[in-house]
Amino acid sequence: MDKKSFKGYLYLLPSIIIMAAFTIYPLIRAIIMSFLGNYSIINHSYSSIGFENYKALFADPDFALSLRNTSIYVICVVPASIFLSLVIAVLINNTTKTKAFFQTVYFLPYVTSVIAIGIVWRWMFNSNYGLINYFLGIFGIDPIPWLNRPEYAMPALIIFAIWKSMAFNILIFLAGLQTIPEDLYRAARIDSTPKIRVFTKITVPQLAPMIVYSSVIGMIGAFKVYNEVFSLFQGKAGPANKAMTIVYFIYDKFYNSYKYGIAAAGSVVLFLIILVMTQIQLRVTGEKKKK
Amino acid sequence: MTQKRKIGNVIASILKYAVLIFGAIFTILPFVWMILSSLKTPSELNQMPPVFFPAEPQWVNYQEAWKAAPFARYFVNTLIVTACTTCGVLVTTVLSAFAFSRLNFPGKKTVFSLFLATLMIPGEMLIITNYETIINLKWIDSYKAMIIPWISSAFYIYLLTRFFMQVPESLYLAAKVDKCSDFKYMMKIMVPMNKQAIFSIAILNIISSWNAFLWPLLVTNSQEMRVLSNGLVRFQTEAGSSTELIMAASCMLVMPIIIIYLFLRKYIIEGVTRSGLKG
Repeated sequence: MDKKSFKGYLYLLPSIIIMAAFTIYPLIRAIIMSFLGNYSIINHSYSSIGFENYKALFADPDFALSLRNTSIYVICVVPASIFLSLVIAVLINNTTKTKAFFQTVYFLPYVTSVIAIGIVWRWMFNSNYGLINYFLGIFGIDPIPWLNRPEYAMPALIIFAIWKSMAFNILIFLAGLQTIPEDLYRAARIDSTPKIRVFTKITVPQLAPMIVYSSVIGMIGAFKVYNEVFSLFQGKAGPANKAMTIVYFIYDKFYNSYKYGIAAAGSVVLFLIILVMTQIQLRVTGEKKKK
Repeated sequence: MTQKRKIGNVIASILKYAVLIFGAIFTILPFVWMILSSLKTPSELNQMPPVFFPAEPQWVNYQEAWKAAPFARYFVNTLIVTACTTCGVLVTTVLSAFAFSRLNFPGKKTVFSLFLATLMIPGEMLIITNYETIINLKWIDSYKAMIIPWISSAFYIYLLTRFFMQVPESLYLAAKVDKCSDFKYMMKIMVPMNKQAIFSIAILNIISSWNAFLWPLLVTNSQEMRVLSNGLVRFQTEAGSSTELIMAASCMLVMPIIIIYLFLRKYIIEGVTRSGLKG
């Protein structure tokens, strides 16, 4: 082996500079900023040092609403998306000639701009001329003011998000299904086990690590939801801001109200939530490796 | 008994395809509806029950949308930002992955763990302070601001390092005996041997740069610097109720990526699967 030298750092230099400047530094800076009262990013002045921003944050009803909405969003989107994706992935895996076709179709939402396709969903949710109300009308359901009434804002957002998030899950499950030993299925066939039992007793347990993995990745992504809200409600957080999410709250405080300290405090809270999620994920993947 | 099972199988098969086709329609419906809506007249759009197919495709909607806002400029900006970011990512990723997989230097493990740890930081958290940095550097409203913060990705470095590790060490040692320099070895052996992985990384990065929304919105002010996704949102506000034009503009943002996807889906699906199954 060659001698240890610092030459490796020459190769790493570009990455290290970019990461130090745009990942490590801003992280530390955001944490510091969250403790500075009335901070201004223009002249870097502040009025106090302490927990003022955090107090203001937790006293803000909009932040409470954003925590509540984001939690509802996570709880609805992730399990529904995982369940539907699992069913679709198993069905796709059971086809032969049409497998590639279905895989291509179902993955499409993953690669497309959330902003553009959110604008299309906005049009489909239109209360007068929208496609969704038309379909509901066929079943005798009266037109729903999806985007204009606070109580329908979250359901509309959740439907859009499930549609968007299934693509990735289906792909991961399809890859996972390839790793299940064929023997297990053959044995089930010999015993003529009903298909539902094969699904619950073989497929789901065998896929368990991937299901957990997808759930955690989905939850991390769902806690950071923003573009979906922006595009569906044309830059607002729903009617009367009733679909406010954590990241929307942070940007609103930062970009529209210039409350930089409070925005930074909000982002630290988000960071802690994500950190907990990541620890769960690491533990799960660690267990998978041990197996 | 066998007769019964046969009938059961046929029913199961029909059900299977029914669910799959229903799901597929649900999945591509927004895309189909976007294209159909972009080709309709305003009166065809505002009807209930909706008109599914335009009597005469209004291709002129695309011309009008194209003229109504400087979409040509937005296109060029998006292309510049996407191309530069992707080239930058490839250079930094290859160099770093090579250092982590083949070179020995003090503190290698620590630096690698530090790189991995950055994956836990939500990018949304960094935007506030990065915005401050861009102001301090006086980079607001420049290509630099949209490109430079994104030319290094811990995630792609991690991915490519794992690919580079699979190349047998003996090749490297043999090259050393032949007095082949590290850089030459990297360019002549490592990069060609892993060109598929590098290609996948390039495509994934093209997609995410093309679709980037919030950061370019924050760091640009003037119309000349706007990228497509920002231009689309602005156009949506300005065009108001001209749904057909808004849909045509949405198509312009989505179609290039769909075309890339249809041609290169093998690499995209492979890349996402690999990165998804990183455990």
